[in-house]
Amino acid sequence: MTRAVRGGGAVTRAVDVLVVGAGPAGLSAAARLAAAGAGRVEVLEREATAGGVPRHCARPGFGADALGRALTGPAYARRAVREALRAGAAVRTGVSATGWAGPLTLEVTAPTGLERIRAGAVVLATGARERPRSARLVPGTRPAGVLTTGELQRTVARFGPRTEHIGRRAVVVGGDPVARGAVRTLRAAGVDVAAVVTGLPSPAVAFAGVPVLVGAVVTELLGRGRLSGIAVRGGDGRTSVLRCDTVVFTGDWIPDHELVRAHGLPLHPGTRGPVTDQGFRTAEPGVFAVGNLLRGVEPALVAAAEGRAVARAVLERLAGGPWPASGVPVAATAPLRWVTPGLLGPEAATSLLVRPERRLVRPVLTVTQDGAPLRRERLGGTLVPWRSVRLGARWTSGVDLAGGPVTVSAEE
Amino acid sequence: MSVTRTGPLPTGEASEYDVVVVGAGVVGSAIARALARYPLRIALMEAANDVGDGTSKANTAILHTGFDAAPGTLEARLVREGHRLLGAYAREAGIPVEPLGALLVAWDEEQRATLPRLAEKAERNGHRTTRLLGATELAAREPHLGPGALGALEVPGESVICPWTTTLAYATQAVRSGVDLHLNCRVEKVRPGDPYHRLVTRRGVLRTRLLVNACGLHADAFDALVGREDFTVTPRRGQLLVFDKFARDLVRHILLPVPGALGKGVLISPTVYGNVMLGPTAEDLDDKTATGTTAEGLAGLREQGGRILPALLDEEVTAVYAGLRAATGQEDYRIAAHPALRYVTVGGIRSTGLTASLAIAEHVLGLLADCGLDPGPARPLAPVRMPNLGEAFPRPYRDAELIARDPEFGTIVCHCERVTRGEIRAALVSTIPPGGLDGLRRRTRARGGRCQGHHCGAEVRALFEEGPREGRSAGRYGKGAP
Ligand SMILES: Cc1cc2nc3c(=O)[nH]c(=O)nc-3n(C[C@H](O)[C@H](O)[C@H](O)COP(=O)(O)OP(=O)(O)OC[C@H]3O[C@@H](n4cnc5c(N)ncnc54)[C@H](O)[C@@H]3O)c2cc1C
Ligand SMILES: Cc1cc2nc3c(=O)[nH]c(=O)nc-3n(C[C@H](O)[C@H](O)[C@H](O)COP(=O)(O)OP(=O)(O)OC[C@H]3O[C@@H](n4cnc5c(N)ncnc54)[C@H](O)[C@@H]3O)c2cc1C
Repeated sequence: MTRAVRGGGAVTRAVDVLVVGAGPAGLSAAARLAAAGAGRVEVLEREATAGGVPRHCARPGFGADALGRALTGPAYARRAVREALRAGAAVRTGVSATGWAGPLTLEVTAPTGLERIRAGAVVLATGARERPRSARLVPGTRPAGVLTTGELQRTVARFGPRTEHIGRRAVVVGGDPVARGAVRTLRAAGVDVAAVVTGLPSPAVAFAGVPVLVGAVVTELLGRGRLSGIAVRGGDGRTSVLRCDTVVFTGDWIPDHELVRAHGLPLHPGTRGPVTDQGFRTAEPGVFAVGNLLRGVEPALVAAAEGRAVARAVLERLAGGPWPASGVPVAATAPLRWVTPGLLGPEAATSLLVRPERRLVRPVLTVTQDGAPLRRERLGGTLVPWRSVRLGARWTSGVDLAGGPVTVSAEE
Repeated sequence: MSVTRTGPLPTGEASEYDVVVVGAGVVGSAIARALARYPLRIALMEAANDVGDGTSKANTAILHTGFDAAPGTLEARLVREGHRLLGAYAREAGIPVEPLGALLVAWDEEQRATLPRLAEKAERNGHRTTRLLGATELAAREPHLGPGALGALEVPGESVICPWTTTLAYATQAVRSGVDLHLNCRVEKVRPGDPYHRLVTRRGVLRTRLLVNACGLHADAFDALVGREDFTVTPRRGQLLVFDKFARDLVRHILLPVPGALGKGVLISPTVYGNVMLGPTAEDLDDKTATGTTAEGLAGLREQGGRILPALLDEEVTAVYAGLRAATGQEDYRIAAHPALRYVTVGGIRSTGLTASLAIAEHVLGLLADCGLDPGPARPLAPVRMPNLGEAFPRPYRDAELIARDPEFGTIVCHCERVTRGEIRAALVSTIPPGGLDGLRRRTRARGGRCQGHHCGAEVRALFEEGPREGRSAGRYGKGAP
């Protein structure tokens, strides 16, 4: 759908590289490209401050600085912004990319007016979001006090850790490290955490002192005006009501793929991110995608590494290199949820990122092309549904780039 | 003109009104607006903290033609007139409407056989432009329909509209034309009297010569306050799913079910916000507060919707909600004048009240005259031009001129719905400012998108809590802004 532009219209500009999203992935891509002399590298960030999700994670867990001291999320974000600026990239905040005016031209809304920015290459790094209550089809009333971790974190960042902006007694839905982060954030704000409700057969992490209901689902939200409780069906099939004025739905990520879809680029069915090859190329020549946009949440360091890695293919493109016609599709079969990249392009053998649907103890993984197994190996450890595993380049070394689809499968 | 939400109600002469309308849904607000044309003292009283907070906020948002109404009923006439009146008013007041037209899709032989009869009924209701489509033409018009669609009846003129802006436009225009709006003000007792009835609330007592009951689901309970027991309202719940905007390209018309032996079926309709809606269920209940959704209800809708438009189910759901229709066991409205009581009941406004609202209001003016109201000479209403929430019309974030005048309109706060800080601030200083975040959402769409506040929730809340800022007027929005 094209949207009307009224009065005066938009200013048209051109840049060499336009990066959409100033999170870890977008900023590291911009830093690397600006340093490599890609020309004008501009990053658009719709929030008032650049840095992406780590800005709201006020605790260590984001690698270390040059002296080996653990970095908090905000410190990590500031460093990423600094590095992009120092390399010569322009980082613009409060500026939103809202659609496409051409294959490599974005529609932009900024306080200074409307723009159309044409780029030699566009790098999409728009991140991901958690599915809210509605997308999870949780029935019941529509009271206040129903949050995602993202909104919880931002509320604390905006108003401080105070119960009056959150609630007094919360239930956290989810069982992985993000849920643990939510529990910590709530407790630090003085909110009593009544329980963690997880669909997992056993929780992924420890929730010091908080009762965990395993194999359980939220069947109804209760309360008018303000949440008064949630109905939960436990692993034993019995339904009970937990009194609470706040519920935080955590995890269950979906890529923020609006620009991908507005462009008509194909989605990877397993991840709902754009299909890319190992050079992060989408189906549109000159458009790349990196970071959580590809598949939901991975650690910031993974997203940042993708940002750095995209630089090579972007520079090739800017130098007039050809856009590969297509690649060999790669797909995962159950009990694996997804594998990325979704395409193997002209580059040499590449590593794959694989996510299981459920816990798999020492599984045997098989890579098959056209029905013929290329590699079959037992993994040493345990795969868990909230963490991806990287399969090294040797797993794809035998792939015939002129051949048919590649499948990754697993057996316990 | 004033809007009150807290504190004692006016006393003395200020508490005396010519007409009080109780219930600020779409119907009561339309009636108050119609009365505001006359030199009368009018009050609109509402139990909730906002206008349009009952059934009027939770419906399927279709501006019906009335093609399928029971011919000869009051409802049939008021829906037909209301469609015309609201269509014209929407253009004037800036309420988004999209005249998409409807297709009643037949999925089996029995349904197909029903279509010509529906066309005849439409004709008896004054709609002569319906047309039968064969399977091939239907497939060309709606390429994403599931397998098995045999044909359809096309009904031009069926439109989608913004229900929130409609109620708010009526109430805003009423207030700006002199009506007092008292929110958080449930009428708990009525002491009939002459020349004044006394209306008792927890915030004080108002007195009025004439009284209008526009209490929606509670119209029977309100009737009981004045000693009338003419009908009982049975809430009929309708659950709905709203799909993300990526679904919008899957459907071009309002897809209506063909009524049949197996009940009414569900509809799939675009919304003016660019989403796609699936529903409603029809469940008779006892509880007039049961606006929750149920697992069975949502699963049933998905099953039916998946047959009509299979690709719909691949998209994310951005909202689940339910509304309650005011059923009274009669296939018509229950609108009655009680001249001895100087009282008009506007009840049983079932599933067409949004469409019929302006025509109901005109009808009620006539009934008030039967009850002894002499309204005096009419004068023009204060103009309103509502902020546009519709995707088919220019929105502020794409309006270069507006952004050049005020950069706040170039600062997007709610990214999914592209709501700017300028729009939020304008809503906070509008004639009827929102009473909470839900009211703000209905005025701006902020927090109403696919992330439901994941990204913007805290920021929107901060703007709301900061409240109206000095020196900012809604005038920047454009002429006649609310
Ligand atoms: C609760 C939580 C805890 C975490 N804890 C850790 C941890 O301890 N350690 C760790 O390493 N990782 C952690 N992570 C993961 C890490 O934060 C993310 O992996 C990382 O931020 C991903 O980077 P990104 O650049 O892909 O996306 P994001 O950080 O989400 O950045 C995307 C940016 O794009 C912007 N954007 C989107 N659309 C547009 C548009 N149209 N126009 C302009 N701008 C746009 C967004 O505003 C955002 O700033 C955590 C994540 C969460 C949610
Ligand atoms: C699922 C569904 C789908 C629908 N789809 C459509 C459609 O597509 N098109 C269409 O035209 N119509 C539709 N309708 C019908 C339409 O929504 C209603 O007819 C209309 O909203 C009724 O408006 P109202 O003002 O009568 O009632 P309400 O909106 O319920 O307003 C009544 C108000 O009175 C107040 N009140 C009650 N008692 C008191 C008291 N004692 N003191 C003070 N205030 C009081 C209540 O708080 C409430 O705000 C649909 C309805 C439903 C439920």
